[in-house]
Amino acid sequence: MNTMNYLEAGKRALAEEMRRDRTVWALGEDLGRGGVFGQYRGLAGEFGASRIVDTPISEAGIMAAAVGAAMTGTRPVVEMRFSDFALCAVDELVNQAAKARYMFGGQTTVPLVVREPIGMWRSSAAQHSQSLEAWYVHIPGLVVVAPATPADNYGLLKSAIRCDDPVVYMEHKNLWALEGEVPAVEGALPLGKARTARVGEVLTVVTWSAALHVCLKAADKLARDNLEVEVIDLRTLWPWDREAVLTSVESTGRCLIVHEAVQVAGFGAEIAAVVGEECFGRLNAPVRRLGAPRVPVPYSPPLEAQLALTVEKVEAAMRGMVG
Amino acid sequence: MSIPNLDRERFRRHYHTMVAIRAFEEAALDALKQGLVHGAIHPSIGQEAVAAGVCGNLLERDLLLSTHRGHGHTLAKGADPTAMMCELLGRAGGTSHGKGGSMHIADFQVGMLGANGVVAANIGIAAGAAHALKLRGEDAMVCCLFGDGAINRGPFLEGLNWAAVYGLPVLFVCEDNGFAATTRTRELTAGPGPVARAESLGIRSLSVDGNDILAVDSAARDLMDVVRTAGGPRFLHVRTYRLTGHTGTDPAAYREESEVAEAWQNDPIARCRTLLTSVGDDDAMLDELAASARTLIDEVYRKARDAAWPAPELGFAHVQDLGDPRQRAY
Repeated sequence: MNTMNYLEAGKRALAEEMRRDRTVWALGEDLGRGGVFGQYRGLAGEFGASRIVDTPISEAGIMAAAVGAAMTGTRPVVEMRFSDFALCAVDELVNQAAKARYMFGGQTTVPLVVREPIGMWRSSAAQHSQSLEAWYVHIPGLVVVAPATPADNYGLLKSAIRCDDPVVYMEHKNLWALEGEVPAVEGALPLGKARTARVGEVLTVVTWSAALHVCLKAADKLARDNLEVEVIDLRTLWPWDREAVLTSVESTGRCLIVHEAVQVAGFGAEIAAVVGEECFGRLNAPVRRLGAPRVPVPYSPPLEAQLALTVEKVEAAMRGMVG
Repeated sequence: MSIPNLDRERFRRHYHTMVAIRAFEEAALDALKQGLVHGAIHPSIGQEAVAAGVCGNLLERDLLLSTHRGHGHTLAKGADPTAMMCELLGRAGGTSHGKGGSMHIADFQVGMLGANGVVAANIGIAAGAAHALKLRGEDAMVCCLFGDGAINRGPFLEGLNWAAVYGLPVLFVCEDNGFAATTRTRELTAGPGPVARAESLGIRSLSVDGNDILAVDSAARDLMDVVRTAGGPRFLHVRTYRLTGHTGTDPAAYREESEVAEAWQNDPIARCRTLLTSVGDDDAMLDELAASARTLIDEVYRKARDAAWPAPELGFAHVQDLGDPRQRAY
């Protein structure tokens, strides 16, 4: 095992995949200088400007180019800087990338990855803070990944690059500096598999991305009262690991879904519905969700804090279900 | 008009292609009337010289991206007309198993990477395909056709800029039929038009009479030569006229019948025939050539009408590998 941070883990994954497969290339604004957060620092030196491509500020152009290049025998990794900016390229992602394989009857695939950093981070306000993963889960043809740890950012990015379908890859900006153990040996992690981050009996908490860490801290607090909470990190949102979630809920009889995104029509709603449909007879409490209020993210720290998930909020939601 | 050095074989081929495209679209309109075509179709009747003169000059290894009005382009690139007609009729044997229909016609076997239902969306995709060709060191180019309406969308700027900045082998072709859906494009377009916009990005451009097969063929071949050797994009503006409505059911009531009647006098197929007779081809031979194209399409139409419906499970295939709806649709 090596200790590295979430950002370095992603960079290692990309570099390894670029060494392994000459058709992999990355494109986005400022990548030659390392990217907005430094996720690409040093890669242009190794791979050159033709494979670490600096692009104009043309999100639609970047995504469209990736679609065309993916249909022409390469595996582009698109950097969108902030998931919010990817909204300038929704036609290219939703109407083009996600549909081409289907509407052309399987004549082509679109093996691209679009990295869309999500989440609240340093008072970035309404246009640099969103978590829009649910939008993409809704779109047939897309795979959606939201890693929470350095090991996952390493192993899942590798799999995303190897995937033959378009992958929306959502790293959380607040996790860049998070340190963790990453296997020293090269290896990819399977997409679509959840990880049980904490084993417990009284309640199943389903979460992903940065919210995982808040949930784990809150679960530790309940453990002081001998209430052991099971925490499942979904890791991939489409396809999501229904089996892992349903098996856990069958055993605990309670389910809480926690995400940073707006609660209304968030992906938690889908999970809650499926748990309700599949586990109704086994539930000892109504399924609950905890997400953000349906408010744009404000700038001022105390205002922003009202929207953020906190250990206190999650702990209260957990206790409300097991009390 | 007399052009003693005309490559007659080439223009006979173009004539055959143009008549076949016309026959194909007339058959498609008939199929629409009979309820055999199920969604919208966008005929290119009157614009056949663009398809033949541009797409007919691409090599097999070259790539093509087209628009919702893409039957002619696709046929001229060499796609199988029977598979195309089956696609329009939503039948088994269609290029995309009947999953895309007219608006998303594609034939990757001949390098036709798809017509697009979103105006201008193919421009950036074409730039990306060319980017991949360059990365892989392939000796091929990309041709991207779009209408005059597309120049008012953002992807026009982003895609042209992209191709110019990275020096990519793309021929952009603005097929200007004067109408953006059902509105005259010039009423809603600032400035002098497509060529000025392309040239403002440093992309050398030509503008030609799109109903003159000789002019289109010559300009397209010249620009393709430059794209292949100089490596950067070029831009071709072809001025033509859409003789039918925007869709197969649009009566085009927004223009005078006299305008359309006059435009028929400029029919590119008739003009191509005049070109060939001017260099000595006789009518009987040209009649036979046209008849062979029409017979081919009659057969195509008959086969497509007789084709079976696609197997129902195909509706759930080709979505994605992970999260395949056949395993986990809900």
